Amino acid sequence: MKKISTGNKAVAEAVKQVKPAVVAAYPITPQTEIVEQIAEFVSTGELKSRYIPVESEHSAMAACIGASITGVRTFTATSSHGLLYMHEMTNWAAGARLPVVMANVNRSIGPGWNIWAEHTDAMQERDTGWLQVYVSTVQEAYDTTLMAFRIAEHSDVLLPVMVNLDGFSLSHIMQPLDTVETGDFIPPIYLPHAIDPKNPAGYGGLTGPDQHFKFRWDIERSMRDSVKVIEATENDFAQRFGRKYGFTEDYLCEDADVVIVSMGTLGKEAEVAIDMLRKEGVKAGSMRLRWLRPFPKLNLKGKDVVVIDRDYSFGCGGILATSIRAQQKTDVYSVIAGLGGQEVTYEDIANFIRTRRIGEEFWFGVNDHV
Amino acid sequence: MDTITEIPKEEFILKCTSACAGCSDSLALRYVLKAAGPDSVLVVPACCTSVIQGIYPNTAFNIPVYNIAFGAAAACASGMSNAFRATGKKTNVIVYAGDGGTLDIGIQAMSGAFERGTDFLYICYDNEAYGNTGMQRSGGTPLGAKTTTTPTGKTDAKKDIDAIIAAHSPPYMATACAAYPQDLFKKVQKALTFRGPSFIHILAPCPPGWRFSTEKSVEIGKLAVKSGMWILYEREYGVLTINPQSKVAMKKPIPLEEYLAPQGRFKGIDARTLEMLRQHLAKNIKKLLAEEAAE
Repeated sequence: MKKISTGNKAVAEAVKQVKPAVVAAYPITPQTEIVEQIAEFVSTGELKSRYIPVESEHSAMAACIGASITGVRTFTATSSHGLLYMHEMTNWAAGARLPVVMANVNRSIGPGWNIWAEHTDAMQERDTGWLQVYVSTVQEAYDTTLMAFRIAEHSDVLLPVMVNLDGFSLSHIMQPLDTVETGDFIPPIYLPHAIDPKNPAGYGGLTGPDQHFKFRWDIERSMRDSVKVIEATENDFAQRFGRKYGFTEDYLCEDADVVIVSMGTLGKEAEVAIDMLRKEGVKAGSMRLRWLRPFPKLNLKGKDVVVIDRDYSFGCGGILATSIRAQQKTDVYSVIAGLGGQEVTYEDIANFIRTRRIGEEFWFGVNDHV
Repeated sequence: MDTITEIPKEEFILKCTSACAGCSDSLALRYVLKAAGPDSVLVVPACCTSVIQGIYPNTAFNIPVYNIAFGAAAACASGMSNAFRATGKKTNVIVYAGDGGTLDIGIQAMSGAFERGTDFLYICYDNEAYGNTGMQRSGGTPLGAKTTTTPTGKTDAKKDIDAIIAAHSPPYMATACAAYPQDLFKKVQKALTFRGPSFIHILAPCPPGWRFSTEKSVEIGKLAVKSGMWILYEREYGVLTINPQSKVAMKKPIPLEEYLAPQGRFKGIDARTLEMLRQHLAKNIKKLLAEEAAE
């Protein structure tokens, strides 16, 4: 069914169709519309979920954990400080192998009190054992939220999935949305280690070094196994509903001499920049990274690489640039741009590519070359 | 129920826990689980109970136990209870948390869960300090008690968590003591008949922490009640009923020194602190008697 929707409402729409038994959430700008919409669906009976209006994000994730371990489907949504406040519990959800799905509306971290788009919030969760995907359009937010449940709950994965959408520049913009009849695309949830009073077990108790080490490896093994599950899920989605995604969305990369890598809405902006540059005769391409975890094998061989980071690891560098340098064993032009909702236009992105200096780092709008 | 012989023989706390000798946490839990029965799940934040279960892959508890981070027990139980109820299950969800996890780090999650009317039983077993980390002071440590972080005795009074819980108006709340297992058993059974949140606050004397010899746990618990330092009561829809043992003690308490003297943590308590402690005790007795009289 075709309609017009914001990014936030598209996420809520997908959640309504997937019918989690429990949604526990705490409001934070710019995520609020997601939880308001879900609360509305629950109050009108359109969605027969238990909506737990918890008193904090730490409790939101704890409640999802408590619900999930009984074997039911769970969802929450947060942003920025909310995500950081639940950090202890995000680790717990992954370590406990619970397929919680969460929408995170990317927003900067204070101080100062800035409510606009930045990826630093989710980037600080990248080592927790959550799968992370970043979307760029309202349609993609909806489609990816649907797929997130199937991926998280797959028996080869059983890890939580975080769907990231840029604050305001995606959460609050209106775009066309084509909703689908999910049918049996998302099978009923089955959690093999669900709590069962008839078969009592201890969960998460004292664990010695040898066992702890094995549990950590088990998370990594599932993270690696998730690659095939993501591929299969996205392929099945494409076959059923006609929209194809992937670990990256590549735009004119094949014959490109220079490729710009980015995430989220800037990745869509980059495609316009590529069209401009192509008209000028510059063989440029755009690679928008969708899945940050598991981090995909990128095909960038023989190309100049420009990376836009909407995040930063102080004392180290742009996190995406650092990851790509390490994987490709080659240097990149690292652009730090869009922090705190800074406006970055396609013209700016075209300029990043034109004036690239491989091996250097550039803070857009701060000074020229650091 | 008049005699302990009527309490079910089925054990949910198996042999070979890693509890300290004379541990009244495990003693209390034994009766809690006998009262709750097998269709129950324990949610346990970081506390002594996390330790006494034993080390993975073993467990000394014959009941599902979900261990969760320190500040998160009530929130986790809130999700669990909602999930069970959403799927038509009546399984009891019982938080079993220490005083640190209840009065201090877990108070926000607990307050939220009570305010939301979560269908669960929250039990705080109170050994008046952070026990499994080696007896640091908590909000539950009484005035004058020495802990590893109050080496000369605590200068602040014990936090009145029961008043805080009462302010949430749960359908049922009670105090209990590990030294009175029949009373505890009955209160747990009763608590689980209510829909919505219920709360039981158990005094759990701790031999290594309170510095008394291991055979004296029950004796110390009884002295706490007889001195009026711990008052046994229950509140059903806000109506207070004080236990007969405590009524006697409140009218004619034994000297406070009889409770304090066997405990190393109060050794050398100065006269001024002792007097303040006595005043707190008298004030608490007066407050509860006034509440009962007003009904």
